[in-house]
Amino acid sequence: MINILSYPFMQRALLAALLTGLLAPAIGGYIVQRRLSLLGDGLGHVAIAGVGLALLTRQAPIPVAVVVCVAGAVLVEVLRQRGKATGDVGLAILFYGGLAAGVLMSAFAGGGTGALSQYLFGSLTAVTAGDLVVIGVLAVVVLVPTIGLAPQLFAVSADEDFARVLGLPTRLYNIIVVILAAITVTLSMRTVGLLLVSALMVVPVAAAQNLVPGFYAALGTAMGIGVLVSVGGAAGSFYLDAAPGALIVVFAIAVFAISWPVSAALAKRRTAPMIVAEQADHPQIPPPHVLAGSHPHHHGDPDCDHLAVTHGDHVDYVHEGHRHAAHHDHYDEH
Amino acid sequence: MELTTEPVLQAEDVSVELGGLPVLRGVSLTVHSGETVALLGGNGSGKSTLVRTLLGLTPLRRGHVGLFGADLAAFTQWQRVGYVPQRSTINLTRAKVSEIVGSGRLGHRPPFLPPTREDRRAVSEALDVVGLTDRAGAEMQHLSGGQQQRVLIARALATRPELLVLDEPTAGVDLEHQRILADVLAELLRRGMAILVVLHEIGPLAPLVDRAIVLREGRVVHDGDLPRATSELHDHRRIEHGGHEYGAEDETAGRPGPPVAGPLDIRNGTPS
Repeated sequence: MINILSYPFMQRALLAALLTGLLAPAIGGYIVQRRLSLLGDGLGHVAIAGVGLALLTRQAPIPVAVVVCVAGAVLVEVLRQRGKATGDVGLAILFYGGLAAGVLMSAFAGGGTGALSQYLFGSLTAVTAGDLVVIGVLAVVVLVPTIGLAPQLFAVSADEDFARVLGLPTRLYNIIVVILAAITVTLSMRTVGLLLVSALMVVPVAAAQNLVPGFYAALGTAMGIGVLVSVGGAAGSFYLDAAPGALIVVFAIAVFAISWPVSAALAKRRTAPMIVAEQADHPQIPPPHVLAGSHPHHHGDPDCDHLAVTHGDHVDYVHEGHRHAAHHDHYDEH
Repeated sequence: MELTTEPVLQAEDVSVELGGLPVLRGVSLTVHSGETVALLGGNGSGKSTLVRTLLGLTPLRRGHVGLFGADLAAFTQWQRVGYVPQRSTINLTRAKVSEIVGSGRLGHRPPFLPPTREDRRAVSEALDVVGLTDRAGAEMQHLSGGQQQRVLIARALATRPELLVLDEPTAGVDLEHQRILADVLAELLRRGMAILVVLHEIGPLAPLVDRAIVLREGRVVHDGDLPRATSELHDHRRIEHGGHEYGAEDETAGRPGPPVAGPLDIRNGTPS
């Protein structure tokens, strides 16, 4: 590890990987909640057009690609809001049109597809000091609204109709989400690459959802997983002499694979029969006898979904936060 | 039930088209404060479209909607309105109950600021009303259908609304949980809330309903006391090849009570 850090290009690459690993799952949480998991992939294709344009005009690729990708993202979202992108066809034309335009412009610039490949799968040596400044500034631009507007973006992503009836500017928030996604996708092209960035947006979120309950906890956990796999993947690819994007995604999927049995074990623990401790016996205090109200269904029937718990010598059924125990022809409150 | 005269919700001559087809035609209705109005009708009668239109989620083709005396387009006091959408339409399996109910406070919370003590109190009160305080930390996917429905009601209550609009809250909820739901709504009525509830089956909510509005094919066919034979108003007989829900024979049988909305044109108004 120490000898990796002695190379300035690796310092820059690892720093870029850290920021990418933090950003991609953060915005990915909202994208997954909106069931648009493949949006990142499409925006990656649009960003390729931006890279092609930068190569053709001999500009720095990240700023040009950010502008092109944000413009494409806003176009997609406005079409969706107006109900005109109902089919996938419009999106497919935009996304693959972006990819084709990028390849063509790269060819005109004299680099061919080879010049593009370092942006498709990431490159450890490609992160310049100037890139790192741009990535750092834009990372702050993305993280501040992603975290500061988290409740609003969560509400809009989870249930847009309800958010509108709350009076929230849902169109604005939806556009903010796709703009942040577009910036994140573009920043990721130096580390995980434009073709694989969608995996870094989605897979850590899926793994985190298996590991922790709740939206915000999963978002934070996903960002942690993202940093871990990005930095680990970038460092590992130095030794393997491979494009970092591939190893980052393999690590992310490995974390997801580990999270799967953990999730199953947690679910099992939740449904495992619980045992309620018997109160110590006080002969002078008679046990209370409280009858449950009218009770149309029979606990223990096949369609009874109340949790059964062992209580002393009998079984109680957890019933809206209290427990019912069968007693003659009625239920007692236990 | 004590009624004040100020209408909290008023619709006049509302017509809506979806995909070029008329779904609502000349619907007028009023909900006063402290009143429970049930919106009844069969599948495809337009009741969900109507509530979505009243809340500004579906654009009007013609007509006027007023909320608390203001025109819908100019209405800004959304914290006075609580909306409980159909449970099946939303994707909230992984979120915690407290997170979902907390999002009901966003109408009161400025962006970038953490929730205030008042926000937290409103959330815990809302959970208390629906009896789910002990499930605040549970994930939505681990709750029963009836409990999920009550979470959505709590989310709408967190804004402390004066008008609560519920879209089929009893759909997919067993009878026992429907009774719990009825108790929750009775408590809200006791607090003076106006309630507009879309129902497919009136069920255990019947005693709470002050007035019923029955829709059929996008028109109001009844506005008044709860029809005695509710089942007849939205039975599911189908004629052989039309795909329309109503056979010729139930045109007259299904209308107890005088229809307020004027002459019915079911007889000749079936769109073809």
